[in-house]
Amino acid sequence: MQPTSHANHAATHHEHEHHELGFLQKYVFSTDHKVIGVQYAITALIFLFIGYSLMAMMRWQLAYPNQPIPLVGGLLEAALGQVAAEGKMSGDLYNAFGAMHGTIMVFLGIVPLAFAAFGNFVVPLQIGAPDMTFPRVNMASYQSFFVGGVIMLVSFFIPGGAAQAGWTSYSPLATVTPTAGQTWWIIGMVFLITSSLLGAVNFIATIIQLRAPGMTWMRLPFFVWAQFVTAFLLLLAFPPLEAAAVMQLMDKVAGTSFFLPTGLLISEKVAEISGGGSPLLWQHLFWFLGHPEVYVLILPAMGIVCEVLCNNSRKPIWGYKSLVYSSFAIGFLSFIVWAHHMYLTGMGTAISTFFQTTTMIISIPSVIILTVFFISLWGGSIRFNTPMLFTLAFLPMFGIGGLTGLPLGFNFSDIHLHDTYYVIGHFHYVVAPGTIFGLFAGIYYWFPKATGRMMSEFWGKVHFWLSLIFMNAIFMPMFHQGMGGMLRRMSDGGVNYSLAQNSDALGAMSDSLIKSNVHVSHAAWALGLAQIPFIINFFVSMWRGRKVTSDNPWDATTLEWQTPTPPPHGNFAKPITVHRGPYEYSVPGQKLDFTPQNQA
Amino acid sequence: MEIPYTVHPREDTGLYNAKLGIWLFLASEVMLFGALFSSYILLRVGAAPGAWPHGLLNIPIGTLNTLVLITSSVTVVMAWASLKMNQLSRFKIYQSLTVLFALIFVCIKSFEYHDKFTHYEVVLKDGKSMTGHIEGSPMFWNLTKLNANKIASITFTPDAAHGAPDAKSEGTAASSAHGEPTKIATSDILKLECFGPFHNTYLAIYFTLTALHALHVIGGAIVIAYILLTAGRWWKKNPEQLTNRVEVSGLFWHFVDLVWIFLFPVLYLL
Repeated sequence: MQPTSHANHAATHHEHEHHELGFLQKYVFSTDHKVIGVQYAITALIFLFIGYSLMAMMRWQLAYPNQPIPLVGGLLEAALGQVAAEGKMSGDLYNAFGAMHGTIMVFLGIVPLAFAAFGNFVVPLQIGAPDMTFPRVNMASYQSFFVGGVIMLVSFFIPGGAAQAGWTSYSPLATVTPTAGQTWWIIGMVFLITSSLLGAVNFIATIIQLRAPGMTWMRLPFFVWAQFVTAFLLLLAFPPLEAAAVMQLMDKVAGTSFFLPTGLLISEKVAEISGGGSPLLWQHLFWFLGHPEVYVLILPAMGIVCEVLCNNSRKPIWGYKSLVYSSFAIGFLSFIVWAHHMYLTGMGTAISTFFQTTTMIISIPSVIILTVFFISLWGGSIRFNTPMLFTLAFLPMFGIGGLTGLPLGFNFSDIHLHDTYYVIGHFHYVVAPGTIFGLFAGIYYWFPKATGRMMSEFWGKVHFWLSLIFMNAIFMPMFHQGMGGMLRRMSDGGVNYSLAQNSDALGAMSDSLIKSNVHVSHAAWALGLAQIPFIINFFVSMWRGRKVTSDNPWDATTLEWQTPTPPPHGNFAKPITVHRGPYEYSVPGQKLDFTPQNQA
Repeated sequence: MEIPYTVHPREDTGLYNAKLGIWLFLASEVMLFGALFSSYILLRVGAAPGAWPHGLLNIPIGTLNTLVLITSSVTVVMAWASLKMNQLSRFKIYQSLTVLFALIFVCIKSFEYHDKFTHYEVVLKDGKSMTGHIEGSPMFWNLTKLNANKIASITFTPDAAHGAPDAKSEGTAASSAHGEPTKIATSDILKLECFGPFHNTYLAIYFTLTALHALHVIGGAIVIAYILLTAGRWWKKNPEQLTNRVEVSGLFWHFVDLVWIFLFPVLYLL
């Protein structure tokens, strides 16, 4: 009796507290993990939209080089001035948009949504915790993220514009580009790194310390495991980038030469620097973050996929331990594959061989995870609802993204494919129809828990099918373009290297390759339009959607569905004890086809 | 809503939340400083033969600072132990000493910085170059600044010749080994630069590492001072949590100390 009465007391105490919280405290400066999760989600979705918009404008320049951008061209000129003269996209602007598209999508869009938003909302619920271990640190994490985002956005409007040296910010290019945008980028990154550091510490501590009684390690839902490994990647991989950012900042503002070699020529003049620095050093430090970052992007999506897949195939996961150990193997191996991004830098064939080997090894746990998902579908009675459709599409899409990575991981085939559209196609298959589909699945799946209302199935399916078609229409031709030799980062889409303009040039690109730009651009804009049903569905359902009739509308087993809907501050109405594994669906002899984890 | 294990450790992990949190945070700090140390190695290995400077720093002063910091680590432990033994006033004495040592460390460090900023290398147009001090000890002068301020000449006191036995002690007290002050006309100077981070990659990594470390010292000292100032209140409210806070801030302080124990030999001795 003791604990129950205590809980009741706590619950009434809360309600009391709730009434006293003002709007600011409840929604803006909240320490509740669910509110922070939603803050992250909304901010990240806005940044995804901004990142998409940058690319949509770049795609115009690629398809129709040096023609004024319709609709927004005049706006660009008014806002940014000379770089968008006559509404046309200059090379500098293209470079800035390219660099910021990558930065925004990765650091301000996907990671905050996949890790911080879903992790914050779902992880404490799934492990039966009242909140994160450090609620105020959690709030600080979001605020730091927000400040970093604002700095990145403001950098577009400073004289000279935003950073132009790609999201990878390779030195010396990044250092000598005559804009303060790079400095803003670095400072923005320091805020974002701080944010993810605070988040990572919080996630790991929460998962270790706040698991409910009975929630042993091997009873954790795979989503929690995925977030756990992701948090470790963020915790350990980001600091080297922070170190690199500090050094690049020193190069920019204090005149040091960390990444600037002796005898560096800038505009055909020897730079007045001490020299002695190493451009390779930046690349090593950047990719030491950069590669684990790839798994930061994909692991949370795999976690979501696992939850949705089990729930909608009404079957336990096949090979739970394989999943968990594979994600650990991925986490560990991701720290020793980074230099496969650097085969062409002249770092040496012996080093290349090492990293080629580790790269091939890391594909094994990825394949195990994918195999586990496929086998889990076998013999299930699958419910084809919207979250499940996105989940099912994730599997082949991530598969394509992963398999096309193998030729890039071998250094001999990478020589041909490096820095081409093939690379862009490859990693976008992993992140766009891969991770983003996983995230959409998560949004449709957990929306009723957060709001108490369902999203529309019909419009969800419209959103899904259109997205699936256009995603492939965008990224599939890029493999073809890349193998044909089209390099990325060319602001005119390669027109200057076309056969039409250089009929006798060796390796010039055929008209069909150049023409593909137009098709890809149309598909990209169509993909944008295909998100309209989602946006409308999202907001309309929030207020008008069908109300859920139970706290567990999907008949799920995990703990987040055992709370009131939406969960109050403190989450669980009474202390919760876990008695079984996470995916006990269709257990023979049970009355229902699902057995919640807290059922004795 | 109460978050469990904020004060008492969870049984199966044996940790209270903040202790786990600080260890995780320190893991990321290891990676931060680890990356900078790796950069140091890469830059040094990649330097042209003979180009890596030696003996630019003052070893006795560095040793003194090492001792100051190690002592502060001892006082942190004593402060925590005093709380464990229910002696608040002894805790206050020890923790005040910690903050004091932190201040001493930062003061000594800034003297060292000042030394570097007032120590110059001048390259003359006839190809001669020397290191030394400008009269009046100005900081961060260079040729552009001389021209902009219309300074026609500088009075330059060269260091003792390189290779002399006491070359390593340059920059400290004026020694008889120093050359005579000479007047150098601005028009004869090709390049004038103090030993700031821009002077060479060794100084670049030296300043970056030590400045980042100094920021950690200052941050840690502020936290420790804050806990010290509010200790009386916490002692009445929740003595165990106060002890935990002291322990957690102490763990951070030991880490800061440990970083310096690596920094000192790497930058001063090797």
